[in-house]
Amino acid sequence: MVPIRIVPLAPVNEELVRTVAGPVGSVFRTEVTVEPPLRSAMDRTYDISRGQYNSTDLIRMLLERYPAGPEKVLGVAGADLFVPVLTYVFGEAQLDGTAAVMSVYRLDDVLYGLEADPVKLFERTLKECVHELGHTFGLLHCRDYDCAMHASTTVDDIDLKGAGLCPSCLRQIGMQP
Amino acid sequence: MADGKRYSILIVDDEQIVRESLTKWFLQDGYRVEAAENANDALKKMDKGPWDVVILDIKMPGMSGMELLKRLREIDRTSQVIMATAFASVETAVQALKDGAFDYVTKPIDPDHLSHLVTNAIQQRALEEQNTSLRQQINEITAANEIVGDSPQIKRVIDLSLTVAQTDTTVMIRGESGTGKELIARTIHANSERRYFPVITVNCGAVAETLLESELFGHERGAFTGAQYRRKGKFEMADGGTIFLDEIGTVSPKMQVELLRVIETKQFTRVGGNEQITSDFRVICATNRNLEAAIKDGSFREDLYYRLNVFSISIPPLRERRMDIPLLAHFFVKKYAAAMNKAVKEVSSDAMDLLVRYDWPGNVRELENVVERAMVLADPPSIRPADLPFQNVTKREGPKDDTLAAVERQHIETVLGLTHWNITRSAEILDIDRVTLYNKIAKYGLKKP
Repeated sequence: MVPIRIVPLAPVNEELVRTVAGPVGSVFRTEVTVEPPLRSAMDRTYDISRGQYNSTDLIRMLLERYPAGPEKVLGVAGADLFVPVLTYVFGEAQLDGTAAVMSVYRLDDVLYGLEADPVKLFERTLKECVHELGHTFGLLHCRDYDCAMHASTTVDDIDLKGAGLCPSCLRQIGMQP
Repeated sequence: MADGKRYSILIVDDEQIVRESLTKWFLQDGYRVEAAENANDALKKMDKGPWDVVILDIKMPGMSGMELLKRLREIDRTSQVIMATAFASVETAVQALKDGAFDYVTKPIDPDHLSHLVTNAIQQRALEEQNTSLRQQINEITAANEIVGDSPQIKRVIDLSLTVAQTDTTVMIRGESGTGKELIARTIHANSERRYFPVITVNCGAVAETLLESELFGHERGAFTGAQYRRKGKFEMADGGTIFLDEIGTVSPKMQVELLRVIETKQFTRVGGNEQITSDFRVICATNRNLEAAIKDGSFREDLYYRLNVFSISIPPLRERRMDIPLLAHFFVKKYAAAMNKAVKEVSSDAMDLLVRYDWPGNVRELENVVERAMVLADPPSIRPADLPFQNVTKREGPKDDTLAAVERQHIETVLGLTHWNITRSAEILDIDRVTLYNKIAKYGLKKP
């Protein structure tokens, strides 16, 4: 399986990013490296009218920095992401491509007026990292409710699914269940 | 995607970034997606459809989304169109829904809302398709049996039936026994707006007078001895559909009063009950009696007659449309060949000649019975004269007068002719013993030709 680079898109909780790297590697059974934080990228993708960061532009910038190669590149942001037609996205990925981005912004219970829950935040971050990377490996949304590739548009959806890939998705990317 | 089918979405928006974002979003969900940048492009891509869902921007250069919506609905009414706009107004939303859009969203769209919206649109389309398919199946199931015939007389009957089917008019069908009155009633129902509801047949002549009221109006539990359960009557069962009252001429004067009231008000109570039941039914009735004469002798109410005889269809007896006999005979041969799995394919010209010359007092029903019987006896591939119950038919003359004796004499003479004066065979057909037949031959002075 091709190696994975995780790029923290500062400002972001870098410790959280480093923590999920190992489990992500376990899911895809590959080497995962955490790159130094990329500090300039976020500012260049900020949309002042929406107060959010354009995830499509972020992917473009990641590709400029890490040209298409054998690795998969995942940018992890701390800020809120959007694509122009939608109010927000948890993440965006090149389907069967090189790069993906995800944001931990909407995964934190604090945003919903609840107490911080570091365990839940870790689990949600791991699931969304696996989900967006899964798209770069060519996986579509999965019907299995327990699979990380199951579509989620709310944090409740994310909490319901697991962090691993179902046997069908594993087989699609050439791995034995 | 719960059922594993790959659904399709067409995105129509002049902004490239919107097309790309939505395309990517839906591709990851497993949809087949295409995008069009303007109305012309969208109209061309309709050929690549059918599209389950179309997401359509309202504000586009050239033809607007609202105009395009109308065009798309003309091309494919089953596609569910979701209108999207950055400039929402109540007026455009209302107009879009009036013009057939499934829903209306403002950009940017909440991803959770978009996901549910598309799922609901697909379910709506599936339901509409299912509805169309079920209606088609009902049409096939409820379609009346084919009316066979090419004569001007039967064509006229079919034309009248199809014309009156489009209305809710009460119909009276008249014709001799066996001419196909119920078939015509079912044809009218099957071609009417009521075809998705039941057609309920009541043979008024076959139900005892005392039971007819309960049969028609239903009864409550305990209404009479043996009424252990509440039971719906035929009028209630025909709600939304058609009630076919066969042999209406046999209904008693008391029941005629009840029928008139119910047909006029569409309201009744079950026997033994107080609840007023309302039912929306169409009435088709049939008779082989001369109701005008019945009115004169007081056995049929004039007011009910006029209420029922709004549109009258008379089915001619088979002897008045002999050109239909070969068609009908072939139709029945085909029907029974399939049912009996027998390789009989035709009626020989000699046998057909007999069939055409016979007078068919029992009309089409009798013809069907004769063909069925012949199919049992026939050696494939054809029915021959020996397979028919009559081998020598002379055109039957009507009796000189209408007395029972004259009719009986005429009938015995006909049967003897058909059997070549075979006394045993004639007695069998007449269902009398041979001695009685000899006595009647002597009584009427019949002589072997």
